[in-house]
Amino acid sequence: MRSAVVEWARELYEDLDFSAVHRWLNDNPGSKAAGYLPVYVPREILHACGFLPVGIHGGGDRLEIIRGDAFYQSYICHLPRSIIELAQSGRLDMLSAVLFPSTCDVIRNLSGIWKLLYPDVYVRYIDVPQVSDPETATTFYEAELRHVMRDLGEVSGHVPDDAELFQSIAVYNEMRTVVRELYATRRERPWDLPTEELYLLLRACEVVPVDEFIVQARRYLAAVDSDRRRPRDNSRVVVAGAFCEQPPLGLIKSIERAGCYVVDDDFVLGTRFLTADVSLAGDPVHALADAFVQTELRTSVLYEGDSLRKRRVMKERAEAAGAEGVIFAAPSFCDPALLDQPMLRKGAEAAGLPCIAFKYSENTGQFQQFREQAGTFADSLKLWNAGAE
Amino acid sequence: MAQKEILKDRSMILQKEMIARHFERLEQAPANHEPVVYTFVPGNLTELIRSFGALPVLPEINALQSGMRKLSGDYIAEAERAGHSEDVCAYVKCDIGMVKSGNIGPSGTKLPKPDLLLLSYTGCYTFMKWFELLREEYDCPAVFFHVPYQGDGKLEPEHREYMIRQLREQVIPALEKATGRAYDEEKLRENLRLSALAEDDLVAVLQSGKLKPSPIDGYFGTVYYVGPIFSAFRGTEEGVEYYRALREEVYARAAAGLGPIVPDGSLDDQRYRLVVEGPPSWTHFRDFWKMFTDEKAVVVASTYTKVGGTYDFGFRHNPDDPLGTLADYCSGCYTNLNLPSRIEMISRYIREYEADGFVINSIKSCNSFSAGQLMILREVEKRTGVPGAFIESDLVDPRYFSQANIKNRLESYFQMIESRRQGSGTGATVASDPLTSAAVA
Ligand code: SF4
Ligand code: SF4
Repeated sequence: MRSAVVEWARELYEDLDFSAVHRWLNDNPGSKAAGYLPVYVPREILHACGFLPVGIHGGGDRLEIIRGDAFYQSYICHLPRSIIELAQSGRLDMLSAVLFPSTCDVIRNLSGIWKLLYPDVYVRYIDVPQVSDPETATTFYEAELRHVMRDLGEVSGHVPDDAELFQSIAVYNEMRTVVRELYATRRERPWDLPTEELYLLLRACEVVPVDEFIVQARRYLAAVDSDRRRPRDNSRVVVAGAFCEQPPLGLIKSIERAGCYVVDDDFVLGTRFLTADVSLAGDPVHALADAFVQTELRTSVLYEGDSLRKRRVMKERAEAAGAEGVIFAAPSFCDPALLDQPMLRKGAEAAGLPCIAFKYSENTGQFQQFREQAGTFADSLKLWNAGAE
Repeated sequence: MAQKEILKDRSMILQKEMIARHFERLEQAPANHEPVVYTFVPGNLTELIRSFGALPVLPEINALQSGMRKLSGDYIAEAERAGHSEDVCAYVKCDIGMVKSGNIGPSGTKLPKPDLLLLSYTGCYTFMKWFELLREEYDCPAVFFHVPYQGDGKLEPEHREYMIRQLREQVIPALEKATGRAYDEEKLRENLRLSALAEDDLVAVLQSGKLKPSPIDGYFGTVYYVGPIFSAFRGTEEGVEYYRALREEVYARAAAGLGPIVPDGSLDDQRYRLVVEGPPSWTHFRDFWKMFTDEKAVVVASTYTKVGGTYDFGFRHNPDDPLGTLADYCSGCYTNLNLPSRIEMISRYIREYEADGFVINSIKSCNSFSAGQLMILREVEKRTGVPGAFIESDLVDPRYFSQANIKNRLESYFQMIESRRQGSGTGATVASDPLTSAAVA
């Protein structure tokens, strides 16, 4: 059962032709699919308008870049060239709309490129509120979401009413619950729930209908419960910084095989951006905006107004996950991850958390060096702990 | 000739004096209990800051000056030793390195600590983290002013309201707290009125680039011209005086059919008229400029000189709508415009300034400008039929300025323009058109 779910997810992950999306479109004549870039968009709105939401990540190490390099200089991260490659090779032709959230200037500027390259596709850059006053922030974001919903409704031919949007919110609340359960299980029993498998499930969640994901994730959790494994003498680490361009699967496996249990991470962060359920009372758009503003998540793509909180964030994450150290894994040339790293690392080290840092690219093909680095780190954490006892 | 030199000298001397006075005043600010507010060039709220009697400090200006004074390499190394990545914006590292090395500003005086970090988040993600980093260094209050990006190519009414509300409810109270003074709207209006006067004169100067020969260099020379208005002097009498003097000086050069003053003298014989996109390389500013002037190339317009405001498309600060006008200003800064708007702006410059070509200086460590510039190159070429050149360097990181490479690329570019000219038989040469009021008004 476990392997059946993992294979289902792996197939989706490896399929750069988005066959699952095409199947869904065939099975739902007249319906449309809408893409979104990392890190977070409220998929509830896409869902309620009748779209299949499709997360657009790059092609990782499975895609040869032929056209994408003509759009991006070598000193820009790998993700946008990979996404352009997918688009220019026709693999994203099925998308009627694409949303570009305010993650960084690269994604922001890619929204403009998309407007020029694909004038028939609805494109919207979604700004997010960055102000400290929750009411100002919510008012702004609510207006932003209403705007997007109105536009998307026109594209799909269906502007949802409140009841429909609440239904979508309820489904995504369930998705969030199940993702929280996956993370909690891994935190408690990382030997039973390897990060490689968790990651594949999260990636599946980006391309299949949300209810299908929920069913599969529950099956997986049930399988994990009935398939207990033996704990190993691994070190527990947080992997921070990989919230946008995703590391190749091989890199995640390398960290685990080097003797680390990943007990918290930023992979496919959009699934966990809202830390609490969205309210099912009042006005649904307001509820979505409010949930964003109230999230407990601390992430590099948002401004941190509280300097104490900034210093504490890695400590809090490590404590919550029972981690002994932090691996900062950032995509090369990634502004949000790399500008934040010195501050986060300082906070972690001040809290006595050993750290290492490396950079990757989604198409990195050689993992030996990461494995060695992570292996040495895992060993040093054990020694550190032995010394502390 | 004597009069022209006097006029030229006047604006330069004025600027030098203004800046020196400003930095002296900054150095004395703690002793004189003058509050200090750090903020960024794009979306700077100088009129508002000044209306509270506070002095602005602009970290990008300090960084670029460090670049010109060949200090940035050491500052960057210092920041990288402290854990900052080699991949991120070199301005930030230069600034952090400067702070860590004693915070001696560009004019050799010590910079005061900020009483407030006014983070005007306009068109560049890096700003957000830059001030988070500075807040760590200084342990001082910070206020965030979020300027929504013009993703759909226009300022949306809700976005304008959002900005005005932030100004009223967050920024002004933070300034009141930091300075101990109450908001004085009349003072703000007065400052805005002065800004508009200076802006009129600046636009006249910028648009003189339409003349042949152009009396200004719209990039290398104009980065000096925009200095006061992009930094501490918008909304001040000194600023008004400077731009009046500058306009007179430029008009006099135009009337005499002269080109701009460049590293080797006056560039009157202008063979190529160019538009430039992207920031310059401050560490090699003079060498870089000479690569153009050696080929008799003058820059007639540029986008970088619009990061602190796009006045040449009509915007003026409006004293009758003090907070609304600040919102409009911030939203319209060049880096806050989407890619299609940037392409349209460059294409317009090429057409209206009758340029022979355009050069994109792509900055390695600046995603805000650089991500998408290859698309800009192709689109502008397609829309205007004018060929573009693409060069790569960095703002203040001397490691990424490859003199020979850039020179070769520019030389072949000019040859290409030349052969196109001959092929098309237009044989365009620089003509001395008389100064027309329409062109520079
Ligand atoms: S990897 Fe980093 S720089 Fe690249 S698109 Fe994502 S957030 Fe932006
Ligand atoms: S616009 Fe570019 S150079 Fe300026 S702060 Fe942002 S990243 Fe740095």
